[in-house]
Amino acid sequence: MNLQSIPLEYYLSLSAIMFTIGTVGVLTRRNAIIIFMCIEMMLNAVNLTLVSFSAFMGDSAGQMFVFFVMAVAAAEAAVGLAIVLALFRVKQTVYVDEINIMKW
Amino acid sequence: MSTTVILFTILSIGAIASGISLVTRRNPVSAAMSLIVHFFMLAGLYLTLQAQFVAIIQILVYAGAIMVLVIFVIMLLNLGKEENLTEKFSMRTTLALALGGLFVVQFLTAFLGKKTGMNALPEKSMSIGTTEGIGNVLFTQYLFPFEAISLLLLAAIVGSILLAKRKHEAS
Repeated sequence: MNLQSIPLEYYLSLSAIMFTIGTVGVLTRRNAIIIFMCIEMMLNAVNLTLVSFSAFMGDSAGQMFVFFVMAVAAAEAAVGLAIVLALFRVKQTVYVDEINIMKW
Repeated sequence: MSTTVILFTILSIGAIASGISLVTRRNPVSAAMSLIVHFFMLAGLYLTLQAQFVAIIQILVYAGAIMVLVIFVIMLLNLGKEENLTEKFSMRTTLALALGGLFVVQFLTAFLGKKTGMNALPEKSMSIGTTEGIGNVLFTQYLFPFEAISLLLLAAIVGSILLAKRKHEAS
């Protein structure tokens, strides 16, 4: 039975394009929150790869990985945004160019 | 053209467009809205792969919980638009775009150059993406990672409360 007609390569290519957009965002943007959202997008691109491999191979391990990646992303969101809040209290800014307290 | 092809085309174009919108928006709130659209597009793509459980979790956890948290922080910080300093084509933007272009070309030649021959989902994929299929595996084979992740989430809760707490109240 032919369940669908999109080959695996197209899912992988789409995921690669999304990952690259996220990478370019992390490299070019200066707002810490937007950098953070771009990282979420990169995680999602990898999730798409895992789900498509899982579906095409008929193996559930990929979808388990997606489940755990989402749990880690939720933890990362909570801690990351708390760091941004704490940083804003000290430096009054979220622009990463102006945050140079680790530089000597 | 079958329905799947049309769906995949619409969803992938939507996902890429909202991703580009996320990277280019100056206003953090509109960037967050683009990201929500992106998450919905991805949930649709998961549905075309017969992964219903992951699609629903995507909407609940990402578009629901994580984005509410992000928008909350954006409003709490009361940020304006990012200054237009980066509007001019700086060295960093040029380098990042060049690197991104290189990435895409490399990935696409690797993926599209050689056919994997996987053009249709196997029969088995119908059952693994359902809540029943996921639950069967999650609570037997992956029970230990499942418990470990709860510990990680607890640590994250404690850590984020500690980080976001005002310091002068503690001392």
